[in-house]
Amino acid sequence: MTVTTPRPGAGRRDRIDELAARAGQLSDGDGGESLLRSAVRRLRRNPVAILGAVIVVAFLLVALFAPLLAPRDPYAQSLLSEVRQGSIPGSRDGYLLGVDQLGRDVLSRLLYGSRQSLLIGVVSTVLGAVLGMALGILAGGLGGKVDTVVMRFVDILLSIPGLLMAISISVLLGASQLSLMIAIAVTQVPVFARLLRGSMLVQRDSDYALAARALGVRRRRIVFGHVLPNSLSPVIVQATLSLATAIIEAAALSFLGLGDPDISRPEWGAMLASAQSVLSIRPELAIYPALCIIVVALGFTLLGEALREALDPKFRR
Amino acid sequence: MTGTSGSPVLEVDDLAVQFTRRGEQPTRAVDGVSFSVAPGETIGLVGESGCGKSVTSLAIMGLLPQRGVQVTGSVRLDGTELLGAGPRTLRTLRGKDMAMVFQDPLSSLNPTVTVGTQVTEVLAEHRDMTGRAAQDEATELLDRVGIPDPRRRLGEYPHQLSGGMRQRALIAMALACSPRLLIADEPTTALDVTIQAQILELLRELVQGSGTALVMITHDLGVVAGLCDRVHVMYAGRVIETADRRPLFATPRHPYTGGLLGSVPRLDTGRGTPLTPIRGSARDTIPWSQGCAFAPRCDNAEDDCLTEVSGSTVPLEADGLRRELRCRHPLHATPAAAGAPAGATAASSAGASAGSPSTGSSSWSSSEGQQS
Ligand SMILES: Nc1ncnc2c1ncn2[C@@H]1O[C@H](COP(=O)(O)OP(=O)(O)OP(=O)(O)O)[C@@H](O)[C@H]1O
Ligand code: SF4
Ligand SMILES: [Mg+2]
Repeated sequence: MTVTTPRPGAGRRDRIDELAARAGQLSDGDGGESLLRSAVRRLRRNPVAILGAVIVVAFLLVALFAPLLAPRDPYAQSLLSEVRQGSIPGSRDGYLLGVDQLGRDVLSRLLYGSRQSLLIGVVSTVLGAVLGMALGILAGGLGGKVDTVVMRFVDILLSIPGLLMAISISVLLGASQLSLMIAIAVTQVPVFARLLRGSMLVQRDSDYALAARALGVRRRRIVFGHVLPNSLSPVIVQATLSLATAIIEAAALSFLGLGDPDISRPEWGAMLASAQSVLSIRPELAIYPALCIIVVALGFTLLGEALREALDPKFRR
Repeated sequence: MTGTSGSPVLEVDDLAVQFTRRGEQPTRAVDGVSFSVAPGETIGLVGESGCGKSVTSLAIMGLLPQRGVQVTGSVRLDGTELLGAGPRTLRTLRGKDMAMVFQDPLSSLNPTVTVGTQVTEVLAEHRDMTGRAAQDEATELLDRVGIPDPRRRLGEYPHQLSGGMRQRALIAMALACSPRLLIADEPTTALDVTIQAQILELLRELVQGSGTALVMITHDLGVVAGLCDRVHVMYAGRVIETADRRPLFATPRHPYTGGLLGSVPRLDTGRGTPLTPIRGSARDTIPWSQGCAFAPRCDNAEDDCLTEVSGSTVPLEADGLRRELRCRHPLHATPAAAGAPAGATAASSAGASAGSPSTGSSSWSSSEGQQS
């Protein structure tokens, strides 16, 4: 689909494991500077990070201030009377990107659409991350049989391609915005679980965890007070990357009619879907939302990859 | 076993640790190690990298992984058997009755947690101290190990402290509950030479008078000379020579011990005198079951070093003078002939002990004289 979606099966697992293992070397520290500070310093020097951050910040601002930015009401079919068979009004005064086949201002709908993407992306990623991390902590913190059982389950989930699973769950739960978010969250769960568990295993073997054990600190405290905080950086990276995946999956599901049943609500995936019927007359109607999806997903991906690099000791100077 | 008077704090008896990795031959990292430490006594565990020093200490503390590791023998802390004790029992003993200081102070501290939190954590665990009381006690502890401005340091992260200060903080944590036993696994190896001396001096001060038994793990003979009452030299998982410090340095009897002393530069030998490092590396070894593991590197080796005599290859034998030796053809067969190694401090050890009045002198023997 895009660079952000790991391929199902072994490749996907390996990628997660690599991310977890690399981040594990983090706490070896570099003596003087704090880890966070050196990461921020490297982020600011990285043009890829800056490009990603600019896109993400712009997207966030647009989503937050869409009502102020949008020139028109995204629901108003103000130019419906001018829509004819075979002709939809294009760009004109007050309608920068023209209108859709129902006479609604395309620019306003695109701006408002960002809110849906952000909402679905954030809610499903947070939900997926929380559930996945709970499983990861269970497996990585307790180890032993719990670990084996949890990870077996997680690996089964991982072996199912994400979009396929999301579609199945959406179909099962019925088309609604909530089921869409749940479906996307479920696809994120195994990724976060495996990632956090792998990262915790590395930290559990660390010197400071051994030193804490040598001082008789109890396991619960070691897991939550020491191991977990040091295992979070790959999770943060993954959350950034997952936002991109979630936005794409949300658009894909809406496109397939598995999103919000209220199709008048501005949403990029749904806009893409409805543009299909007029593709021959006004292909821009499909191109605009597609571009939005791609650019925003790209922004999160660039930022995520840059974060990963910044937090990766291998790239340290 | 070692003949120390009084009831020992720690008795290790025939300790063996075997690692089993899937698809590999099991390896015996520690093989029948026995020693004991009396209250207030400091013993040294000496040997090259990989000889099993750390594994021995982890086995004592019950910190070896559960899977793929077999520990046999006996480890008694104040008479209580630790091998086979439940994880909860061990956890309550660790930090309270026995504690450990590790080699690398930076990685031994959690980088994302303040020093204060890491100190008070131990107080909460074993002394039921929280809040203000714990803060005050932590300040007191840091002050006692010589950290200036301790209250401010409590709020800082490990990377904000210098290497020496980090190790001081770790020592403070280890001694927070006045443990009966402290194991220090190469506590100065990662530090600057001048700092090394300060840390050793600190350990000595803290242990002296408190009755804490100290097991000092090191490959630095300067550390041993400055600190240890009794020394156990290990090779390939076994103790090969045990003696009090003074006779060990005066007349090393095992060729490996002799080699260790001989491979260290001395101040009293002429500048042209070449150092005599031990041949080969620790990898050139044979299993103890086939003979003396040191044989491939030993100048004294003869045929009987590689054969069984009365059912055993090269046993550890006591000589009745508080010395035990695992060698068929030892050095200094007549102790009178042994004047040579009463030399001076090693370059590394001279630095390491520069701050310590007991070892600042030019020879092993006189340094001992001063200290005792
Ligand atoms: N978890 C493990 N699994 C398998 N073998 C191990 C494990 N830990 C240690 N060993 C082996 O045990 C032997 C002794 O290791 P140990 O760490 O005790 O050496 P050491 O004397 O402390 O050396 P150093 O001076 O380098 O710290 C080594 O040969 C090592 O390969
Ligand atoms: S037993 Fe033989 S080979 Fe081993 S140290 Fe003694 S003399 Fe050397
Ligand atoms: Mg070691």
